[in-house]
Amino acid sequence: MARDRSSDGAATLNSKRHAKVSTPPPPTPDDSAPAPAPDARIDAGETIEPKDWMPERYRHQLVRMMSQHAHSEIVGMLPEGNWITRAPSLRRKLCLLAKVQDEAGHGLYIYCATETLGVARAELIDQLLSGKAKYSSIFNYPTLTWADIGCIGWFVDGAAIVNQTVLAKASYGPYARAMVRICKEENFHKRQGYEIVATLADGTPAQRAMVQDAVNRWWWPTLMMFGPSDVNSPNSADLLRWRVKRFSNDELRQRFVDLTVAQAQAVNLTLPDPKLRYNAETKHWEFGEIDWAEFKQVISGNGPCNRERLEARRAAHDQGAWVREAAAAFAEKQRRRSAAPAA
Amino acid sequence: MAAAANEPGSDQWPLWEVFTQAKDGAPHEHAGSVHAPDPEIALQNARDVYARRGEAVSVWVVPSAAIVASSPEDRGPFFDPADDKPYRHPQFYKTPRGVRVE
Repeated sequence: MARDRSSDGAATLNSKRHAKVSTPPPPTPDDSAPAPAPDARIDAGETIEPKDWMPERYRHQLVRMMSQHAHSEIVGMLPEGNWITRAPSLRRKLCLLAKVQDEAGHGLYIYCATETLGVARAELIDQLLSGKAKYSSIFNYPTLTWADIGCIGWFVDGAAIVNQTVLAKASYGPYARAMVRICKEENFHKRQGYEIVATLADGTPAQRAMVQDAVNRWWWPTLMMFGPSDVNSPNSADLLRWRVKRFSNDELRQRFVDLTVAQAQAVNLTLPDPKLRYNAETKHWEFGEIDWAEFKQVISGNGPCNRERLEARRAAHDQGAWVREAAAAFAEKQRRRSAAPAA
Repeated sequence: MAAAANEPGSDQWPLWEVFTQAKDGAPHEHAGSVHAPDPEIALQNARDVYARRGEAVSVWVVPSAAIVASSPEDRGPFFDPADDKPYRHPQFYKTPRGVRVE
């Protein structure tokens, strides 16, 4: 464990104090236990930095949420990566390649922010590869056609923007700063997706049918991305109290629906929800019931692609082993040379 | 410069803090961190992770273990020598009415 290697400031003058604050969190056995009184600094709207005192449960919840977020960025490369070699034009291929590379970057921003909480990178990677860690349910759905790539950018990245814009004001400094960086880049992702969708929607009848089919398949899983309804979300109360989240899952989901309906109408696509209707009084789009049984299945490992995703991730990790070993051996050789007395 | 070794008992590359300069004349600011086995790869990783869109004209990487930081608990006592020295601010001084001194 690299407890002393927190980014955002490493070793402290006072090693005793430092040792105290960088002790890793003890495992919290029960996630639904009531949270201790929140730190006054969080209440006062201040930002918490890595070496500040923080309630153990705050640290625990941050590690859980941030590592899941980082894993999602990494696994999120897989469904889109499948289409890089099959992109319909060089322009589309360049754009998709850049987007997938961004997702890797986003994963790295958040991993490094998570490490400031006293968790080693290797440990986080192990949790993902062993299947112990969770990641966003959305990436366990297959990308069947090119239109799916459009829908992922438009819906999935659109939903991520709604989430992350708010997280950019989270109470934990390193997480908030990673989100600011991500938000700046995410709009490109959404627009490249929406452009694909709009192009297909304006194309031949077959292309229109293809993109409508993709919309039909991605809409509901995207709404599930925001997480369980607040009534059934065990972690929401803690995260809201500590200003990690600032809006509830349901509020953010509503914001996404309100934004997206007009975008669907603009390209003459139908969102697959017969109950979708505008409420002039609340000025919100009302939508139908989400299939939470499906969400639970996918989250607990039984979605259409869970196994495939983890296998692909493990294979990539294993196939990269020789590169890591070679780089480490080279660094070791350099170290020995620079340590050797001059001849 | 020699690179730091891996974490003991781990194949985890050491951590480096990354500082980027957004444009000529601007200060280097902390951007985040990367893992890398040696300084050269640390620089390349820093470029790929923190400057994919021309966000930087210069990058520094520093072994995280080499950074010495003040501790948050000492924030009060550590910085309070500055608290009772108002004469370090221009407002402390009286000047004749109607004269421009700045």
